[in-house]
Amino acid sequence: MKLGFSAADEAFRAECAAWLHEQMAGPFADIRGIPNLCDAIPRRKEWEQQLAAHRWSCIGWPEEWGGRDATLAQQVIFAEEYARAGAPNRINHIGVELAGPTILAFGSAEQKARYLPGIAAGTAIWCQGYSEPGAGSDLANVKTRARLEGEPGAEEWVVNGQKVWTSLAHYSDMIFVVARSEEGSRGPKGLSFLLMDMDQPGIEVRPIGQMNGEAEFNETFLTDARCPADAMLGAQGEGWQVAMALLAFERGVSTLGQQMQFRNELDAVIAAARANGLAADPVVRQRIARAETGLRLMRYGALRMLSGTDLAAIDGAALTYKIQWATWRRNLGELAMDVLGQAGEIAPGEEYRWPLLPNMYLFSRSDTIYGGTNQIQRNLIAERGLGLPREPRGTP
Amino acid sequence: MEFAFTEEQAMIGETVRTFFADNATSDRTRAAMAATGRDAGLDRALWSAFAGELGLAGVGLPEAHGGAGLGMVEFAQVAEAAGARVAALPLLGTAMLGRAIAAGGSAAQQEAWLPRLAAGEVIGTAAWGGELTLAAGKLSGMVPYLPHGAAANLLLVPAAGEAWLVDLAAPGVTVTGHVTMDQTRPLATARLDGVVAERLADGAAALAAAHAAGWIGLAAEALGGAQAALDRTVAYSRERVQFGRPIGSFQAYKHRLADMMVEIEQARSAVYWAACAVDEGSPEALLALHAAKAFCAETFHMCAGNMIQLHGGIGFTWEHDAHLFFKRARSILSLYGSPQWHRERIAALVIDQGAAA
Repeated sequence: MKLGFSAADEAFRAECAAWLHEQMAGPFADIRGIPNLCDAIPRRKEWEQQLAAHRWSCIGWPEEWGGRDATLAQQVIFAEEYARAGAPNRINHIGVELAGPTILAFGSAEQKARYLPGIAAGTAIWCQGYSEPGAGSDLANVKTRARLEGEPGAEEWVVNGQKVWTSLAHYSDMIFVVARSEEGSRGPKGLSFLLMDMDQPGIEVRPIGQMNGEAEFNETFLTDARCPADAMLGAQGEGWQVAMALLAFERGVSTLGQQMQFRNELDAVIAAARANGLAADPVVRQRIARAETGLRLMRYGALRMLSGTDLAAIDGAALTYKIQWATWRRNLGELAMDVLGQAGEIAPGEEYRWPLLPNMYLFSRSDTIYGGTNQIQRNLIAERGLGLPREPRGTP
Repeated sequence: MEFAFTEEQAMIGETVRTFFADNATSDRTRAAMAATGRDAGLDRALWSAFAGELGLAGVGLPEAHGGAGLGMVEFAQVAEAAGARVAALPLLGTAMLGRAIAAGGSAAQQEAWLPRLAAGEVIGTAAWGGELTLAAGKLSGMVPYLPHGAAANLLLVPAAGEAWLVDLAAPGVTVTGHVTMDQTRPLATARLDGVVAERLADGAAALAAAHAAGWIGLAAEALGGAQAALDRTVAYSRERVQFGRPIGSFQAYKHRLADMMVEIEQARSAVYWAACAVDEGSPEALLALHAAKAFCAETFHMCAGNMIQLHGGIGFTWEHDAHLFFKRARSILSLYGSPQWHRERIAALVIDQGAAA
């Protein structure tokens, strides 16, 4: 059992850190550390392409698809250095971290050739069509329908329904959609996993305003939206397995980069407390110490999880990770506002837009909801992690 | 990334878990709780087997002096397994003295004490507070809250900016054992009246090593205890039926168990982060030690409290083991610095000295 990384990994760290710092100090200094995902979209697309040009856009992928076959340790290191350098949150996180690995795992050779180059090059931005108005925590209750139409040999999927909370759909080129392809099926059976072009008359996107004044997510209406018959991952009617495998990628290495962002946020809280004298307040000091402890334990929990030989195995550290970081960040948001005091409640400009810490305070209320609410996480932990009996289900 | 047990460490973990599960039974622990005098809270047969057959009283001590070698990670594994059974053993103080002497003792002091500590012949106990005066080379004053102090032979105590070893059988020493809430680790007070003590060669190094071992030992014990509290409560919740369902199927119940698991997984990271950091001489070590002690103690107390609540009336009885866990958890909170004290140390490191990043 060891804490650190090997000398070769540290050399890799130095290499990627140097490149990232150079970019953030020079050509992309204007988007260094920008907090809101929807700011400077054209520049962020250029940044994606700059990453791709230097083969830093999807390092965990195989070389043949534009990656570096990076080891897990290297991916962790890159994620850490990326955030440490203040590089902006990846606008194509869903393409690189979710769609790509899922296509690599389930796609045919032809599908890989069709979809992966655009993601690797940073020219195809992806979004995720999972949740619906009636399928939130109960994700298997998908109502969006898909049926095959057309002449044999030229069949198309025709999709009707509504998706919701579709992050960045208004800037995306592609969407993966979980839709019910077997009429009369229920729950996780009879679903298919479709890859659809956003630029078509059958897809309409309406941004949803968020409580922090931003609009990262959307309602996505599908009205006779179309994609080719072979734009399906996995077998027809077995899309649930693909959808669940994709969610497993979400627990992967990107968590370490996210932690570096949390580090920046906690440092900002400490700096604010130093600046206004609250750093001497014993209660504030206790809360900062709790936050520091929680952040460190997040890091070592993630390293423990990633040091395991079988990433797919659902173990304790992996199951408990989501509720842990989400709750930690919500608490940090509350601490941040207590430290800032009323000054934190006044926006710096004319618009309803917030700097780092007040924005984090507001945004963190979504952390304990998206990707499985804290309550759903507790069910998963209790039922999968502790083997407790399932909650009896209502009749649909 | 190798933040996982090696094969050898996994085997050590298995060995100690089996040993304590087989030997540190509730009946034996309760017999130790009922004992009085020097044997109060001490299962001597268990201690002999642990030090003798298993040979692990010297874990983390140099092999050249009869120790088992290895480091704080393996010591934490031992303490975790002992904590899972609330074993009535003087493991903590003995480990602290061994580490202190190994780190800050002269060659002669190491030669004199380490083999006997590693063999379990000498039981150690370590002071945290106390006001001692040094006059004409002799120590006087009260040394309170000594874990297993009545059973101990050797005391580690700070005084006059140095660290001292006190033979508890020496003239001028009076040890009074107390009826203690946690009967598996009773506390004692030592009164010293002009006692000739042995000054350790490097007091600062000795105390730092003792504290590191103490905090890791307590954190690891707390981790083992918290996990056992969770496991036992899960087992109960699957058997106990009310309203026609196992009570473990109710969300109000299972969410509390889930919260316990969330904290315990963090406690596990804390213990082994701190143990590795000490073994590797990491600059994070002090931060990790304070974090581990504070976090694990609070985790254990929360889990043991939930254990009582989630067992209902039976959890409040003397017959059920829940109170053993609860009382051990309470004592761990206070021993060698409260969570608030440790967090203030963290705040000093992070806010005042800029250890963040």
